[in-house]
Amino acid sequence: MLKDITLGQFFPGTTVIHKLDPRTKLVWVILYIVALFLAKWFVSYALVLVTLAAVIAASKIQLKVILRGMKPLLFIILLTAVLNLFYSQGDVLVQFWIFRITRQGVMNAIFMMLRITMLVTGTFMLTYTTSPIALTDGLESLLGPLKKLHVPVHELAMMMCIALRFIPTLIEETDKIMSAQKARGADFESGNIIARAKAMVPILVPLFISAFRRADELATAMECRCYHGGEGRTRLHQLRYAGRDYAAYALGLVLVAGVVALRVCGL
Amino acid sequence: MENQAITVKNLVYTYPNPDGREGIQVFQGLNLSIGQGSFVAVLGHNGCGKSTLAKHFNAILLPLGGSVHVYGMDTLDESLLLAIRQQVGMVFQNPDNQIVSNVVEEDVAFAPENLGVPSDEIRRRVDDALKAVGMYEYRKHAPHLLSGGQKQRIAIAGVIAMQPKCIVLDEPTAMLDPRGRQEVLQTILRLNRESKITVVLITHHMDEAALADRVIAMADGKIVADGTPQQVFPQVELLQRVGLSVPETTQLLYRLRQAGVDVPLCALSVEDCAQAIFSCLQHSRQNRRTET
Repeated sequence: MLKDITLGQFFPGTTVIHKLDPRTKLVWVILYIVALFLAKWFVSYALVLVTLAAVIAASKIQLKVILRGMKPLLFIILLTAVLNLFYSQGDVLVQFWIFRITRQGVMNAIFMMLRITMLVTGTFMLTYTTSPIALTDGLESLLGPLKKLHVPVHELAMMMCIALRFIPTLIEETDKIMSAQKARGADFESGNIIARAKAMVPILVPLFISAFRRADELATAMECRCYHGGEGRTRLHQLRYAGRDYAAYALGLVLVAGVVALRVCGL
Repeated sequence: MENQAITVKNLVYTYPNPDGREGIQVFQGLNLSIGQGSFVAVLGHNGCGKSTLAKHFNAILLPLGGSVHVYGMDTLDESLLLAIRQQVGMVFQNPDNQIVSNVVEEDVAFAPENLGVPSDEIRRRVDDALKAVGMYEYRKHAPHLLSGGQKQRIAIAGVIAMQPKCIVLDEPTAMLDPRGRQEVLQTILRLNRESKITVVLITHHMDEAALADRVIAMADGKIVADGTPQQVFPQVELLQRVGLSVPETTQLLYRLRQAGVDVPLCALSVEDCAQAIFSCLQHSRQNRRTET
């Protein structure tokens, strides 16, 4: 049952979006978010939405998959919409008891829903089309300049890579420990929330002990393979920009410029 | 000296005790040398110091007394650390805890990446290493979906990609099923025979040790027997005294001898053992005929 969990789901593919350099995609997501937050009125939102739709179409990711990913966020989206609906100042449309709905409130609620939905969908597109390793490499490369400020960029990227590597191993281990404890009469399914939380202790203790032992062995194995930090390290897959990456950067800037222009026009 | 891969002289080592009290002494003047291109099996029951000894071979542990030289390089010289580790690769018991990346080829590339090898050269080495262990088709797979034997072969490929002259394997088959064990042993044998890589195999499987050119039996931080399998295994009483068993074939021949049958003890493979018993039977039959 635990094996079904996947983190940052990745759907392999060969489309243009998949082939883009991870750095391009990371920068694109940032530009996209900037554009989304600069959008002021329906026309600008429409422009951003069309861009998003084009990316989804190009990546051949099924809409069904995206909608399924949105499901857990439905509550937060609705809650934000409701809060915006009732807590905005402006021209009153409806008023009953202590509740008051304003015209601005309705607009805010709509925009907020659009904004969150599009924000999440946009970032989904990044993780759906980029493998975790490529993402880590991209981040390490983009954050490279921070090394001058003594930010341990390489170490962070390495940690992320190892964490991703050990997720399935530790999930498998948790499964085994749970079965072992169940075989000795442990009960994880009944009782209130506190009883259930307490029942997790006999799982967590052996899991942590084993994780520390694994970490120790992995560190020795890494040392044996000449690991000595990020200095002078080369890569099997060197990140290289292709023509499509420059085109993507240009399109991203056009999007932001377009939204800014529309904002100036009040659209 | 030149044709020795590893030379250990008067090695003294004590595990440090965190309380500040006296630590646990492992070695008190151990001497050993391992020839280039040989296949050496190190035997010993748990806690006899065989893993500790292995960790001295690539400067994971440093001697407190005496010296360890690897291809003429002193492990105490810190400036030679990377050169030593590049020459002597090490594979451990649990394959899960030595694989760094979640793509097979990226993991094999880890060591050459650390050594600063150029990208196209890494590509070539990764492909060669994966072909050498017979895992080339799996280069894009995720390691956690492979079997234990396959994972251990990936770990070996990850070491070969450094192009070492020597590989030390610390109980590489202890966590594997019989099929996985066979896969790993075949790979080790091939590397030793075809690529002339020196192999130090630490094990407590007697049948694995019987494959080696030289067997070293250890007990309490001392070498108790050293020689070819044919020389070491017949010393049944000695091995049993230090808590080691002998291969099943030797065990059979030993019992026969105790029962008064005159068979040689050095026949290790099943065929040799059967042959020895057969010729002994023929011999006694002839004797009986001449008597009558």
